[in-house]
Amino acid sequence: MKKFEKLTSAIVPLNIENIDTDQIIPARFLKATTREGFGENLFRDWRYNGDNTLKADFVLNNPAFKGRILVAGKNFGCGSSREHAAWAIQDAGFDVVISSFFADIFKGNALNNGLLPIQVSDEFLAEIFSTVGQDHTAQLDVDLEAQTVTNVVTGSKTDFEINPYKKSCLINGYDDIDFILNQKQLVVEFEQNR
Amino acid sequence: MSKTLVEKIWDAHVVKSEVGFPDILYIDTHLIHEVTSPQAFDGLRKRGLPVFRPQQTVATADHNVPTLNQLQPIKEELSRYQVDMLTKNCAEFGIELYGLGHPFQGIVHVIGPELGITLPGKTMVCGDSHTSTHGAFGAIAFGIGTSQVEQVFATQCLLQQKPKTMKIEVNGELGQGVTAKDIILYIIAKISAAGGTGYFIEYAGSTIEALSMEARMTICNMSIEMGARGGLIAPDQITFDYIKGREFAPAGEEWDKSLAYWKTLYSDADAKFDSVLTFDAADISPMITYGTNPGMGMGIAEHIPSTASQVSSEQASFQKALDYMGIEQDTELVGKPIDYVFIGSCTNSRMEDLREVAEFVKGRQKAENVTVWIVPGSKQIEQQAIAEGLDKIFEAAGFQLREPGCSACLGMNEDKIPAGKYCVSTSNRNFEGRQGPDSRTFLASPLTAAAAAITGRVTDVRTLLNESEHA
Repeated sequence: MKKFEKLTSAIVPLNIENIDTDQIIPARFLKATTREGFGENLFRDWRYNGDNTLKADFVLNNPAFKGRILVAGKNFGCGSSREHAAWAIQDAGFDVVISSFFADIFKGNALNNGLLPIQVSDEFLAEIFSTVGQDHTAQLDVDLEAQTVTNVVTGSKTDFEINPYKKSCLINGYDDIDFILNQKQLVVEFEQNR
Repeated sequence: MSKTLVEKIWDAHVVKSEVGFPDILYIDTHLIHEVTSPQAFDGLRKRGLPVFRPQQTVATADHNVPTLNQLQPIKEELSRYQVDMLTKNCAEFGIELYGLGHPFQGIVHVIGPELGITLPGKTMVCGDSHTSTHGAFGAIAFGIGTSQVEQVFATQCLLQQKPKTMKIEVNGELGQGVTAKDIILYIIAKISAAGGTGYFIEYAGSTIEALSMEARMTICNMSIEMGARGGLIAPDQITFDYIKGREFAPAGEEWDKSLAYWKTLYSDADAKFDSVLTFDAADISPMITYGTNPGMGMGIAEHIPSTASQVSSEQASFQKALDYMGIEQDTELVGKPIDYVFIGSCTNSRMEDLREVAEFVKGRQKAENVTVWIVPGSKQIEQQAIAEGLDKIFEAAGFQLREPGCSACLGMNEDKIPAGKYCVSTSNRNFEGRQGPDSRTFLASPLTAAAAAITGRVTDVRTLLNESEHA
């Protein structure tokens, strides 16, 4: 799994609430059997017209916004459990997603792929949207070890929560399978004692 | 110490619990389908690992499959490849597959219960968020991502944080035309599409206890639509009667032993939930959604809320949803012309749903402007419907009974709602483009969907039910 420690980057703002995984990657693009290439269809129906031309007013199509941090409205990633949503965001070049609330399954899927979901307060989120609205190149500074996000323009800084185990997985780039495989004897014993 | 039902089942499956780490939770049954499994099988190959407990894994093809001429090769190349890949992977890793042409094939959450694979007290997972359906039997069942599918393949376990618990009680008798689907759409409208996030929900109360197993599955199915990983209902005599005699259900001595255990599966009277909500069944009317998430629902006779009545930070998203749907705030939906009716999906494609619709449409005709698809949840249901003559009733009404699969719930196969068209759907999600690019979905019960099919408009089913009583 991809490692993550620190990142200072410009951001791509998507100020919409309840973005479901069908918007992130529509079902008709889930037919691939590998993990790569989903970025092309990230937010497909918001990004492209029916004739496959780009929708000029969508933020991902605006060259003024570039960055490795996606910032979105609350309840991001609700709906379907498709991990393709996390793969698509990562494949499109993002390392961090910030929102004021995440759906459970999406959050877990992101963490299992080294894509860092950061939950911040409604106020902190509103400040990010306001900052980037004024300055499209505004940057955020993310420090996983310290569990902080800093709005580089305003200097506002906030802490964020992350499960300590998941944090060490991200920093070291290892995953849950390695963790359980190392304790497989316990699983066998559990089965025998049932 | 007193425990909730979730805690009882969870604790019985913890392989290891360590401070600072998620629990290692043992998984009894792993259900898989063609869309979320191929990358997990690939992961195993890369690690050089087998499936640890293939006999505890069951596969079916449902998301991509056509619902006409299922025994012909799948026309769409990528769909065909994905379904073929499932067949190859199951053969290579020793997993039982109920694929196309098999008498047990169907939607993964329909066949589990139907075959007696879903049982009280089990832990069950699937790379599909509607795995919560199986909770209707008093099981801990939840959807997982593909990395976790690989994890369960490799270890038969998941690293999982113990969830918080919520009890939702519904008490009293349901009114005319009000079904399980209306109960769950009502609850989601009340607590929002995120209101259950972080929780496992136990549904209880006299209304829930009076429901059949199929109705209970409809309720648990949509737990994820309020953000909850799982929802469950304590097993009772209705549960035991449903399970007995099914293909893979325990029998003989095993049955007695299982039953004795199942009867211990309830929340203790003084068990503490992290949250408790209570609703009165009398307040629930036939429901319909008007927006682009399942929390945007209302009683069918009500008016669409005004944008100004929403919290200020949510007004823009709310208005965006109404614009997408092509509807106005403060207006009513009843009378709005529709184009399609879809009766199917893991929410409402079981025998009881089909029988209810057949009884309602018998002697009636669909409106000319409407296309109606009825997609049964499994091959067994399709065959049963034909045996009961429901296919004839549907045919006479102008409804098409098709072959089983997920179909227009998510439009991965050919069954898509065209851009701009309206569909009254018994499925579970009204997200933008869910049923096809730019399609517009009104979620409702099978009865409400059938009523719309007859009139060609969004209809309060109670007006038609009253007509037939007076006829």
